[in-house]
Amino acid sequence: MYTLTNVSKTYEQKGRTVTALENVSLEIPDGQMVAIQGPTGGGKSTLLQMLGALDRPSTGTVQLGESELSTVSDAALTRIRATEIGFIFQGFNLIPTLTAVENVETALEPMRVSATERRARALQALENVGLAERAHHVPTEMSGGQQQRVAIARALVKEPTVLLADEPTGNLDEDTRDDIMQLIETQWKDRGLTVILVTHDTAVAHRAERRLHLTAGTVTELVNA
Amino acid sequence: MYFRYLRRELAGRRKQSIIIAAGMALAVALVIIVNSVAAGMSNAQASVLESVYGVGTDITVSQTPAAPGEGDSGPGGQRFDFDAGAGTTTDGTTTVNQSRLEAARGTSTLDAAALTTVQGVDNVSAATGTLSLSNTTFNGELPDFSQIQANPGAGGGTPPQGGPDGSGGSAFDVDSFTVLGIDPSVTEVGPLSSLEVTDGRMLDTGDVGTDVVVLDSGYATTESIAVGDTLAVAGTDFQVVGIVTSTTTGSDSASNTYIPLDVAQSLSGLTDQVSSVYVQAASATTISQVQADIEKALPDTTVNTQADLASSVSGSLASASSLLSTLGFWLAVLVLGAAFLISALFTISNVTRRTREFGTLKAIGWSNGRIVKQVAGESTVQAAFGAVAGVVIALIGVVVINIIQPTLSATASTAATPSDGPMMGGPGGPMMGGAADAASNAVDLALQAPVSVVVILIAVGLALLGGIFAGTVGGWRAAKLRPAEALRSFA
Ligand SMILES: Nc1ncnc2c1ncn2[C@@H]1O[C@H](COP(=O)(O)OP(=O)(O)O)[C@@H](O)[C@H]1O
Ligand SMILES: [Mg+2]
Repeated sequence: MYTLTNVSKTYEQKGRTVTALENVSLEIPDGQMVAIQGPTGGGKSTLLQMLGALDRPSTGTVQLGESELSTVSDAALTRIRATEIGFIFQGFNLIPTLTAVENVETALEPMRVSATERRARALQALENVGLAERAHHVPTEMSGGQQQRVAIARALVKEPTVLLADEPTGNLDEDTRDDIMQLIETQWKDRGLTVILVTHDTAVAHRAERRLHLTAGTVTELVNA
Repeated sequence: MYFRYLRRELAGRRKQSIIIAAGMALAVALVIIVNSVAAGMSNAQASVLESVYGVGTDITVSQTPAAPGEGDSGPGGQRFDFDAGAGTTTDGTTTVNQSRLEAARGTSTLDAAALTTVQGVDNVSAATGTLSLSNTTFNGELPDFSQIQANPGAGGGTPPQGGPDGSGGSAFDVDSFTVLGIDPSVTEVGPLSSLEVTDGRMLDTGDVGTDVVVLDSGYATTESIAVGDTLAVAGTDFQVVGIVTSTTTGSDSASNTYIPLDVAQSLSGLTDQVSSVYVQAASATTISQVQADIEKALPDTTVNTQADLASSVSGSLASASSLLSTLGFWLAVLVLGAAFLISALFTISNVTRRTREFGTLKAIGWSNGRIVKQVAGESTVQAAFGAVAGVVIALIGVVVINIIQPTLSATASTAATPSDGPMMGGPGGPMMGGAADAASNAVDLALQAPVSVVVILIAVGLALLGGIFAGTVGGWRAAKLRPAEALRSFA
């Protein structure tokens, strides 16, 4: 359960103050799938960073479960990212020198997990995204869709409560995009995850339970027609 | 995970890893080689000093040369005095054979009491006195000078007759060799410490007061003298009891012949005089104290330590060794610094290029510490590879140096000590080098570069330190990145 109260985020850029989020108040219950739409520069990525414990708001509070993300220590934020939150990115962001299974294992690195268990869980996660046979390939040997599947396996292997995705299909062709969305939906349903995804694609957004629109740092709820 | 990731990163950036490792290798190799060659040079310098001053001698004491004209027994031309009745005269020709044993050119003597004084100084473990002499034999035929004296002012008179050529000329030769008076009972310091017997025996305590002589093998060979023969010293026949070689090439402690000190003193008329006192200190740390004490007790003497003497070593050895200790040292420091810098810059640029990677790792929960550890580990392992390669390169370099053995020449100048060079004779009498000229001994040495484990460990340690330094700088940069910014720059 996320509770955002009067969240504002400003950036200082070349002496100028840029307001990325302005007085955003929002509740996202556990297990909900939310799509965030809006124009470029509207503040979508900034909002996702607040939700993902990557950054703190300039003013206002972000509550995730018991934790108040705007006030806890850096170490606590790191801990929350390691255990509670799975991240997937538009550019996949795999470690280029590591194989698929090793990339998945990086997500278990901050946990107290033995090497054998880590490997077993990573292989299982790859199997869950249909990539068992690609486990020992490096990212450059895989297609975009396959890389994003590895990234999803990496995000989910630690069994987080929240999955955050910043334009996860932005770099993929239409067929692959549907596969990836299908995968995310399946995982959401199977695991009871909270899924929050940023997308430009209305077709993708319509698969979510709830849609938010962000323009100039301000949130509005969209109602499905 | 840690090592697998590390290995993958280094393998994935092979070219860059090799550049950094090569820089470290160069630095490590240079540090080791410079040190090794420097050690070789200092060994060489020590052996030059040993060759000149003998083994086991820490300090030498000699009379400070008197100003010219002050003393009459000091340096000066050597004269033979022939009175009219000298030699045997037949057919207007006088045959003369005279032998003189005098203090070697350029030396002054000091009273033997100085030896007792030195022996009384604290921390002197051994001391001995030597007397450097030179024996000159004048052997020849002169015209009968009495003829000339008998016809004073007889212009256009009868030219002198007689002489070897029958017209008043003369024929003679001057033969000389060096004689060193030594105390046969002191073997740990002074000349006896650097003599090796090749035939017969060494002088021993039983020889005190007897006319026995030990010859240098080179001299014995040129003069065709063997053990059992006799050698005339100052007109006295000495029994040759041994042939020796000197392990030193210097002037003080090497001589053509060696006789007991007391015999040398009485034959030369230099009763209770010595030329030099050789001193061994109880330990290396007491040398300067012993030197100071002797200087205080014997103000008119020159007291030299091996360290003073080291400064007298010149030639390519000295210039190479001073070049190395300054230039070589700074070169090693420079290369090491450059290697550190290159390594740090590469690591920083590497971290900057991997902003997205580290941002991602932060986003999935890696701590700053874990990321710093990874970056530092990468550069440390890189440096370690460089260090190992550097040690291998250095060892090869040192082996090559030891195979080539570059020759260095060294000149140890020994001011106010006598030369054992041949004396010159000529018409009109022997010409002698007059003043106390500084003699010098040139030695050619093959450079041997020893390798020390400590130096290797230090060089490797420095390389690892460089790796950790570069890694920490790079890691600190990585840790400073805010995770959100790390992602944003590529989103
Ligand atoms: N680190 C930053 N420094 C300065 N300005 C930023 C920074 N991050 C975002 N912004 C600005 O904040 C606004 C919102 O950006 P962002 O959240 O990335 O929008 P979106 O993801 O919707 O395109 C933009 O005007 C952007 O230029
Ligand atoms: Mg964005």
